Amino acid sequence: MNCDKEAVELMHNYLDGDLTKENETALRLHLEECEKCQQHFHELKRTLTLIRSTEHVSAPANFTANVMNNLPAEKKSVKYKRWFRAHPMLTAAAIFFVFMMSGIFSAWNQGSELVVSKQDNLVIKGDTVIVPEDVTVEGDLIVKNGNLVVRGTIDGNVTLVNGKLIEEPIQGEGLMASVGEVNGELEHIDQIFEWMWFHIKSFIKNIFDF
Amino acid sequence: MDQFIRDKIIEVKKGDQSAFEDVVNYFQHKIYQHCLRMLGNAHEAEDIAQEAFIRAYINIESFDEQRKFSTWLYRIATNLTIDRIRKRKPDFYLDSKIKGTEGLDMYSQLPDQGKLPGEEVESLELKRYIHHEISELPPKYRSVITLRYLEEFSLQEISEILDIPLGTVKTRIHRAREALRKRLRHV
Ligand SMILES: [Zn+2]
Repeated sequence: MNCDKEAVELMHNYLDGDLTKENETALRLHLEECEKCQQHFHELKRTLTLIRSTEHVSAPANFTANVMNNLPAEKKSVKYKRWFRAHPMLTAAAIFFVFMMSGIFSAWNQGSELVVSKQDNLVIKGDTVIVPEDVTVEGDLIVKNGNLVVRGTIDGNVTLVNGKLIEEPIQGEGLMASVGEVNGELEHIDQIFEWMWFHIKSFIKNIFDF
Repeated sequence: MDQFIRDKIIEVKKGDQSAFEDVVNYFQHKIYQHCLRMLGNAHEAEDIAQEAFIRAYINIESFDEQRKFSTWLYRIATNLTIDRIRKRKPDFYLDSKIKGTEGLDMYSQLPDQGKLPGEEVESLELKRYIHHEISELPPKYRSVITLRYLEEFSLQEISEILDIPLGTVKTRIHRAREALRKRLRHV
């Protein structure tokens, strides 16, 4: 057997686990009689032991965090989904809020018929609500989808949704003014956004009052 | 653990970035070590290992789940180290020796070496010497040696990582073993 060509080749095949039984016997027989190849084989095996003995190193302390910080931004939808999963209470609150908002929304869309919060002693003509001269409304008044004429007194806040306060000319003076009296704040709501805001305010107020 | 990584990869593919953190955590030391062995410089190794994970994340769609993720990740890392070695300026080696943070130079900087038992110092010195000898091999031999004997990949896996035929892997590993035998025979 040729030492450098054949024997060394067989040694490497042996180290790769590629040696047939036949060739393994051939190599062993050669090694028994060739000191040079014995030495060569010993050195090869020792080399591998030495390579395998080198220490294992660890990545620097913040390695993972640094990688994560340098990744491109992920898809937003996934981010939200994970956030919801991580914060179930807040998610429940958010869902409740959405339902509440959509409730308000459908309330807004409930036709255009006139709605008045208090009917006692009030006069309704078409889409106009009249507070007669001798009447005092105690508490807040809400008029939706209609106009309001105040000749009497309202001891509370007035909210007008999709409507306006009709000012009647004062006899003889030609001035536009409301004859009656509103002893509270007057609020006009013409936009759905404001309508929602109004609901949210009263919702929150109710919570605190409760 | 293979199944754990497989599940995480599926989540990453669905777009869940946080699942990738577990993947990085699991492979960080192996990949960093591989880059360090290929580059012989801690700063560069950290840089390239990070880049390898970022590339893997960006290209995760092209990863075939039927294959081994580790093989794919090592392939990215190995290609990046070889790219980096090619782009090095000729005076790089001189620089790194002056900075003295790697290889044999580090040993001479250890302040407490006198307190270590003689044998431990010897083995530490020997380990660094072996490390240094591996790093002196041409990159194509260095990669097969580290993948085979330090990362314990099979020859078939190395063929996939380096994208070269199995026969070429064998030829390279034979030559690399011979080169190291000559360098280490007097140790
Ligand atoms: Zn011989």
